[in-house]
Amino acid sequence: MSDILQSLIDIVGERSVSNAPEELWFYSRDPGVLAPHKPDYVVAPKTTEEVQKIVQLACREKVPVVPMGNGMSLAGLVIPLKGGIVLDMKRMNKILEVNPMARYVVVEGGTSQGALKSYLQKNHPTLRHSIPDAPATTTIAANVSLHGQGRLTNQYGFNSDMVTGLEVVLPTGEICRIGSPSIGPYWISKGPTMPDLSGLFLGWLGCTGIITKVGLKLYPNKKFRDAELFVTDRVDLIPDILYKLTHLEMLEDINVWFQPKPLMFLGNYHITIFFTGDTEEEIEFKRKMIWDCLQEHMDAKDGGFMSIQYMKAMLLEMPGRNIADFADVPKGGGFEYSGPIAPIEHFPQYAAKVVELAAKYNVLYASTARLISGGHSMMYSISFAFNRNDKAMMDRVEQALTEATAFALDMGGIPWKPNHKEQKMLLERMEPNARRLLLMIKKNLDPQGIMNPGNWEVNA
Amino acid sequence: MYQLKFDQKVCASCRSADCLLKCQYMTFTGHKEAHGEMMKIMKGKDSRVLSECMTCYACEEYCTRGNHPFYLISEKREEKGIFTAPRPITNQWINMTVMQGKCLVGNVKDKALSCCYIPDLGPLGTGEIFKDVADAGVFGAEFMCPAVHTHFARMSVIKERLPIVIENYRKLGVKEVICLHDECYGTLTSIAQAYGMEVPFQPVYYLDYVLQRMKELKDKIKPLNITVAYQRSCSNRLIPDKHALVKKIFTLIGVKAPKRTYQDENALCCAEILRSISGYKLADDVQKRNIDDMLAADAEYCVFNCPACQTSLAEKVAKRGLKPVHIIDLCKMAIGEKERGTL
Repeated sequence: MSDILQSLIDIVGERSVSNAPEELWFYSRDPGVLAPHKPDYVVAPKTTEEVQKIVQLACREKVPVVPMGNGMSLAGLVIPLKGGIVLDMKRMNKILEVNPMARYVVVEGGTSQGALKSYLQKNHPTLRHSIPDAPATTTIAANVSLHGQGRLTNQYGFNSDMVTGLEVVLPTGEICRIGSPSIGPYWISKGPTMPDLSGLFLGWLGCTGIITKVGLKLYPNKKFRDAELFVTDRVDLIPDILYKLTHLEMLEDINVWFQPKPLMFLGNYHITIFFTGDTEEEIEFKRKMIWDCLQEHMDAKDGGFMSIQYMKAMLLEMPGRNIADFADVPKGGGFEYSGPIAPIEHFPQYAAKVVELAAKYNVLYASTARLISGGHSMMYSISFAFNRNDKAMMDRVEQALTEATAFALDMGGIPWKPNHKEQKMLLERMEPNARRLLLMIKKNLDPQGIMNPGNWEVNA
Repeated sequence: MYQLKFDQKVCASCRSADCLLKCQYMTFTGHKEAHGEMMKIMKGKDSRVLSECMTCYACEEYCTRGNHPFYLISEKREEKGIFTAPRPITNQWINMTVMQGKCLVGNVKDKALSCCYIPDLGPLGTGEIFKDVADAGVFGAEFMCPAVHTHFARMSVIKERLPIVIENYRKLGVKEVICLHDECYGTLTSIAQAYGMEVPFQPVYYLDYVLQRMKELKDKIKPLNITVAYQRSCSNRLIPDKHALVKKIFTLIGVKAPKRTYQDENALCCAEILRSISGYKLADDVQKRNIDDMLAADAEYCVFNCPACQTSLAEKVAKRGLKPVHIIDLCKMAIGEKERGTL
């Protein structure tokens, strides 16, 4: 038995460490198209102190550490590209505090979206958090560390904007609190009015530390949720439609999507509009506002509202399951997307690119854009399904995604949760002084270069 | 291509112009204006009717002289490139109902039970009432009456697809097709006849079948002793002679349907198509007037004949205290197959 394995066992106990081949197989891959790479060890700590000891060990031994939530990013963000220790956070799943009046929650770094949703429904039914359209087992800390989005992103921004404080274990082993919890008991601000240090960790994909606690904003959970579905065949109208909808300042979430299958969706662009209210009157008022703001497009016969009674329950699911359904259209259950953050005025160009890439690489496409912060930008998903048992198809999808990222960068977009190849593309285009600043931060925080190596590797 | 049989002389000599004067969604100053608008349409000229018609189908019933004003209006709209509903909604319906070889065919012999392309119809066509034909169900775009495209003024789709549907039934070797949806029966009788399409089997209207079966099951019937309001469907306007069956069935199972303002010829449509075509204002107004009228008649149940109407109105009537129920389920309640209040 190696010294490292024994040391890990000494820290977390035998049941929470493994280097068994069948375990390493699972931890070597994610559901996307990137090639797997095995770690040397998998460890599942239970406490912040255990995380600290593991990091201190890794730092001492110069062994890579890859913190992992549920490993569902699709972009291979927790594939241990250089081996080492995968640090599975799922045992750190306690909900530590809910402050209902200040509307925030503090959770451990492995707490899942589903666990928090369930807890709030049971104990604080008037509160909710921004649930992403990812499986319920995905974790809150991973989601904010990759700037995830959720159901409340149109109203309140990226889920990482909703962070109210962090506890992190630095790559050198120190435990550090970020934001208001660094000076007092309340998790009410991740930065302001102090320098916002949360930026040293959010978006870094675990390359600068391990998030062991997250404070997260909660929001009113209205009694009713409803949806409308506007359809148009004129892609050039989409930016104007989105502008009108966001002008209402009353919508929970807005998604724009199009796909060639099933046939009923072919040729049209669909805008799903979610809204909430505490009374039926409030819901009806908002519904009428939505219809009124798009009436001119109905009058011109360019767009209209679908009757969605039969599909409403599916639309209102949180998280939505339709993405998983799409993944299985070509059979084999795989899909991956490039998700650039882009201005909404570029929707027509992105839409054309999706169709062009699907034809060029002979793959099935679907596209869903989510509005961010009332329309300041949108996450534009260029998504392709594939059969996991078809290597050639997976290769084609990977090429299509790489080309999509290049296109997004050409358009001035920012790749969301970029994989390690896309990170390099992004860094190559980054203004040199900004790149040097990233390098400075990375080198100072992680002098041994042990944190999720292969990701955000900045060269001078 | 099939041509609409429309007798221009019959229309030109019409002294009532009821097709338009009775319309509940357009107003005319009198016979002269209404008749004049129909003449314009007939001659291929522009008419405000072509942009204002809400596609409720009712003029097919109002015309008692055997012409087909609604089909003519729809033909002319398409000729002029006029869309009723928004273009993407129109095309969505066309795409959604494309035949893709994914139909379901049961144990069909000389009879088939048509479930059209409406999943809700399958569960309705079961139980004691349908015991002889329940396993002979057919479902899918291949057996879907394409009449819905009249709402979107796309008669070309009907002319293209209906002969294929008829041929699909013919290939099954059926002698009778029991239609669980008014639209199917109306298509196979009214529309097929209007376009000169031969139907090589006997379409059977499901309420004829239900009435006959309920008579056979008379010993099992326990009168429901309830008061209902009946929601007539748009496609029932294509087969107005069948409307009387509803009252016969109600009488047989002990259901009272008090007189309402909006019933029979004056019935209001479920309004979902109005929502698609013109927005919520007219649709909400029609639905409110309709439900107010149901409540004014002291109805306890709102009885549907069409699953689409039921989808459109069920939640709305329920919120106002009416129990939504399909007429087949009402019959099943009468013979003890379904419990009251669980629908």
